Amino acid sequence: MSKARVRIPAPLRAYASGASEVAVEASTVREALASLGRQHGGLIERVLEPSGSLRSFVNVFVGEDDVRALGGLDSALPEGAIVSIIPAVAGGAARLQAG
Amino acid sequence: MRIEHENKGIAYLHLPPELRAELRLWAEAGYPAEACGLLIGRTMGARVEVLHVRKARNRDKEHAADRYDLDPSDFLRADTDARAAGLDVVGIWHSHPDHPPIPSETDRRGAWPEYSYLIITVDGGRATEMRAWRAREGGFQAEGIET
Repeated sequence: MSKARVRIPAPLRAYASGASEVAVEASTVREALASLGRQHGGLIERVLEPSGSLRSFVNVFVGEDDVRALGGLDSALPEGAIVSIIPAVAGGAARLQAG
Repeated sequence: MRIEHENKGIAYLHLPPELRAELRLWAEAGYPAEACGLLIGRTMGARVEVLHVRKARNRDKEHAADRYDLDPSDFLRADTDARAAGLDVVGIWHSHPDHPPIPSETDRRGAWPEYSYLIITVDGGRATEMRAWRAREGGFQAEGIET
């Protein structure tokens, strides 16, 4: 088990009692998110699908590395890791194509 | 899509003139593609104070004329720097080339609560108007912009 910190973006802090960062002990990203979910019910369902995979509209980084480019949620966490939940941000005028 | 213009509960975005100027330049430099980035500052109740602005890469190269997909690595860097300075990501900006600064259905679907959304119209390569919005349940609410 490593000590890590999970950084929460502003739109999800309402589900984390207003915390911008939460301390966890975990060996993998999946364990870190599970620990986060135990501390703050309601938050994890906005990050993970019911199947346990990462929701498409959120990104999770370990340090500067996107977990989708690493070993996914089973990526190992080094001691003192910072796990950042980063919202996927997209949109646009969409004047040329529907939706 | 419903757009509210009620004064009741309206939020205000404090955006100094020099930051507006920087955003206009970035939006114009991106034309005819959509440009995007982040607003850094602090939120105090209904008032959002923007202290820094950041440019981000638009990953949607294929549809960049009318779509943006903000590079999450750029978001991470902005978030990391903001936290180190005791600040926060408080909003998102993007341009609408040759289109009004009003959220589209695509904008609405991708919107996050708590963030201000600043949209800059670029007409023929010149930034002409910017408006701020806040995602609420059921639609966007206009925010005031103060300097």
